[in-house]
Amino acid sequence: MLEIPVENFTPITASIGGALIGLSASMMLLLNGRIAGISGIIGGGLKLPAGDLAWRLAFVLGLLAGGGALVAFYPETFAVNIDRSTGALVVAGLLVGFGTRLGNGCTSGHGVCGLSRLSPRSLVATITFMSAGAAMAAVVTHAFGGSI
Amino acid sequence: MNRRVLATFLAGFLFSVGLGVAGMTQPAKVVGFLDVTGNWDPSLAFVMMGAIAVHFIAYRVVPRMGSPLLAERFGIPTRRDVDLRLVSGAVLFGAGWGLGGFCPGPALVSVTGGARSAIIFVGAMMGGMLLFQLVDSLRAARHQRSASRLAADT
Repeated sequence: MLEIPVENFTPITASIGGALIGLSASMMLLLNGRIAGISGIIGGGLKLPAGDLAWRLAFVLGLLAGGGALVAFYPETFAVNIDRSTGALVVAGLLVGFGTRLGNGCTSGHGVCGLSRLSPRSLVATITFMSAGAAMAAVVTHAFGGSI
Repeated sequence: MNRRVLATFLAGFLFSVGLGVAGMTQPAKVVGFLDVTGNWDPSLAFVMMGAIAVHFIAYRVVPRMGSPLLAERFGIPTRRDVDLRLVSGAVLFGAGWGLGGFCPGPALVSVTGGARSAIIFVGAMMGGMLLFQLVDSLRAARHQRSASRLAADT
């Protein structure tokens, strides 16, 4: 039987955080006319010549400033409680960077913005990256005992 | 300051706080959600549902306005086709997400927390994005060359 560890299950903060993310994406759409897809915002800024560099940079600075506020008021949200070697982190980062650019989006661009506008591309992408993530997480847990 | 830039900064700030409150910045929570074979933690499904519930409404209303308030026009993706690039990109991204427990937004936000793992991950992620750009531009150049060769042959 499937057991959900009650102490880790946080549906209320998860929903509130999700609503704030949805609000932010809606602000981006209403004011800036763009989708709040993080990998696209960063990746587009790395391109030469960079299009709309000012607002891309502003969004990233906003993310970092929000991180500063979290450090001050909610530092426990930065608990890194999984065991990953430097090599695993480098491979993971490369896969995420390359994959999000190849597939035109990540959790925010496809998962939140794309699904909200009922995009078939984003639905396929979201189902695919969730499945690949589930497969990889299961491999790390079962073949490597949760630490790699 | 330019109002558009200021508004985007505030949106980034709100996004970041949302990620932190939601728990997306905790790789253990992400892996706990993705790994349905272990002690499954469905919390992150609520993050996505909360975000979509709000943003879905915005999509019903905002694009009808003709133009956004602080920019000239909307830049909303319009492609609907599913191709190999989309699917293979999503496979690579998902594998990296499940391996490291970070996706791009939470990883960037976590850098401010100073965790060594987040800093290494973000450095590699930027590298991956630049690598894609390099591969993609080489591929585009090769396509162009073979297209012009084809034109010369005929």
